[in-house]
Amino acid sequence: MSATDAAKKIVRPYGDTTGDGMVQVSFTLPVSHDKRAEGAAVQLANKMGIDPAMVVHAKPMGDGFTFFVVYGRVNHLVDLNAVQVVERDFALLSAKDVNTVIKQRLRRKLSVVGACIGTDAHTVGIDAILNVKGIAGEKGLEYYRELKVTNMGAQVSVPELVETARAEKADAVLVSQVVTQRDAHLHNTREMSAAFREAMPAGRRPLLIVGGPRFDETMTDELGVDRIFGRGTTPGEVASYLVHALITQRKAMA
Amino acid sequence: MTGKLDLDPVLVARARELARRAGQPVVDLARSHTTVSVERAVLRLAGVAGADPDGIPWVNRLVDAVAADVGLGHGVAVPVFDALAREGITDVTLLAQKAAAGSVRFTLPTGRAATAARTAARRAVGAGVRRIDRRRAERDRLIKRHGDPKQRPWIYLIVATGDIYEDIPQAQAAARAGADVIAVIRSTGQSLLDYVPEGATREGFAGTYATQENFRLMRAALDESSKEVGRYVRLTNYASGLCMPEMATLAGLERLDMMLNDSMYGILFRDINPVRTFVDQRFSRQVHARAGIIINTGEDNYLTTADAVDEAHTVTVSQLLNEFFAHEAGLADWQLGLGHAFEINPEVPESFRLELAHALLARELFPDAPLKWMPPTKHMTGDVFRGNLLDGFFNLAGALTGQGILLVGMMTEAVVTPWLSDRDIALQNVRYVLGAAGGLHEDFVPAPDGFIRRRANQVLGEALDLLGRIGEQTLLTAIAEGTFGIMKRPADRGKGLAGVAAHEADYCNPATDILEGDAA
Repeated sequence: MSATDAAKKIVRPYGDTTGDGMVQVSFTLPVSHDKRAEGAAVQLANKMGIDPAMVVHAKPMGDGFTFFVVYGRVNHLVDLNAVQVVERDFALLSAKDVNTVIKQRLRRKLSVVGACIGTDAHTVGIDAILNVKGIAGEKGLEYYRELKVTNMGAQVSVPELVETARAEKADAVLVSQVVTQRDAHLHNTREMSAAFREAMPAGRRPLLIVGGPRFDETMTDELGVDRIFGRGTTPGEVASYLVHALITQRKAMA
Repeated sequence: MTGKLDLDPVLVARARELARRAGQPVVDLARSHTTVSVERAVLRLAGVAGADPDGIPWVNRLVDAVAADVGLGHGVAVPVFDALAREGITDVTLLAQKAAAGSVRFTLPTGRAATAARTAARRAVGAGVRRIDRRRAERDRLIKRHGDPKQRPWIYLIVATGDIYEDIPQAQAAARAGADVIAVIRSTGQSLLDYVPEGATREGFAGTYATQENFRLMRAALDESSKEVGRYVRLTNYASGLCMPEMATLAGLERLDMMLNDSMYGILFRDINPVRTFVDQRFSRQVHARAGIIINTGEDNYLTTADAVDEAHTVTVSQLLNEFFAHEAGLADWQLGLGHAFEINPEVPESFRLELAHALLARELFPDAPLKWMPPTKHMTGDVFRGNLLDGFFNLAGALTGQGILLVGMMTEAVVTPWLSDRDIALQNVRYVLGAAGGLHEDFVPAPDGFIRRRANQVLGEALDLLGRIGEQTLLTAIAEGTFGIMKRPADRGKGLAGVAAHEADYCNPATDILEGDAA
């Protein structure tokens, strides 16, 4: 926020005059296009705080749907002092930046081993994060030049995972768990973290990361892992976290 | 060749020769190996259907049982039809059930028993191939009755709710709004399943499972739509991943019209074993050729991972390889929806002229192929207004360069899965551009020695260099060393390798025999 912004406490949207409060929204209502439909759009806009609301465009779309564009003055005020944002505790880096940091500061490839453990055969999560194809327009970790990715696939046993992590000199282990019947995802994760604690001394242990749609992201201590990623996580977030946890933060502490 | 770019015909012929030289060893490899999925496709043609109570298809159970007893290298057709005769039954699905229960043993017959099994297998598989032939004839009749789209390019739209019963009304609405081709996106990760799920499905991850029943339901719904809108609405799905041959077979049996089918996509982007992919790909393309299905190749994917200017020539190389493999498998030019994409960073100076050069190069190199023109995705930012403008330029480039199939770009790409209104606005964009400038390709002839001609010739030259380098080391080595994309994919690694077997001397595949016999 700039100094001029900080001086302002209360703001309204800006159309072409300070304080005019003008906004533009578009939406679809599941009704056929007629006078009543336009009235319905105005009513919705009014309830959104837009008053007066001008329906500048209404167009029928297929059977029983109408698309609207509405301009109008919104009567809400924004109190800048009351804005609260939750900051991510690591910076989101581009693939290029991730590669640069690893190359310059680690000076070798960062080794990542991923798997679905237990009986879980849903590789959709681990593949979305690891496969080049990626998800939501972001390429997976395989795409990162400075990451060496080993994707073990589904139904990997914990001893196999520990062995592969050792052989690949893994800096990080990524485990995906989709199936949650009888809390299988929690049991499997605890078994995995215990096995790594047993097999390797603290300083040598890879970073342990689990992901899946049903994990509570605050349960890291309870499950014995370093990080939990929930629904909607993208490969870029995971890569940025790896750089943060294994390089940036570690160097800062050293 | 229409000659808008003044391409040197000697260089073009040399590019095709280099592609042939790079591809031929891979064809030889494909001709001397089989895979579990090829064998399952043979059994599907022979009439094995359905799945066990756990949802594992009977074709999987039967192929696994045969492989356990006699291996895969002889082909499953002869052992299966020999067992059928010994058991005194005619229903192959029943045999699969017995085999799964462990009550049938498979052997390699000799003498008269072997001849009888070959004859019976050929008859059963032949019946399956004839079903595909009938579906193709049916398509021809329906196209005659309802007509093709009035304009080129054909307008290609995607639906993907995960629930086939939600997809159907959305697809029908899209057809009414002007879509000529409907693609049902598959559930994430289906490409890595080594079996084809069964039945109508109502949940998927970011897409709908491809199953025979889902194919049938959607095709029937679009037949209704075709009648309603007065043009034949085509249906697209994916012959890719570990079950490529089976997907192609099911598509033929259910009269799908286009299939995504790339020669290297699975290897590079899904880490599927290269040998598995090339064997599966050849068989699937032979089926597509027979079924009259148009394939769509996946060159757009290279440009989403690599820079669209620096790596433009890799698209040309891949198109030439896809063309070689497709022709070798019996596909005609009209069946080659070779892919390319509008993915140059819009901040690059002259980006639109560069796009035109690349798009026109593809058009001129493959004058009889219905090129598949893919919209911007990489540089769609969430600014939907800018996105709509970019899609308009994409549509204009498509019209100017005579593309065959235009995948409709969404200004909400990378924001949400398309809303009803997003699709409507995107189609309005396409209609405006095609209505206002649909015939502009007639007038569009780049200046001699101008920017566009120079750029196109430069890309062709770079493609020749790359093909030359691949030719020196074989395609499998090039893939292993990371020539395409940045992925290194060695031939002895990757998913699905366990399902590959070299042919034994007595290998028998009645489907390949029929498909190759009739193609020759």
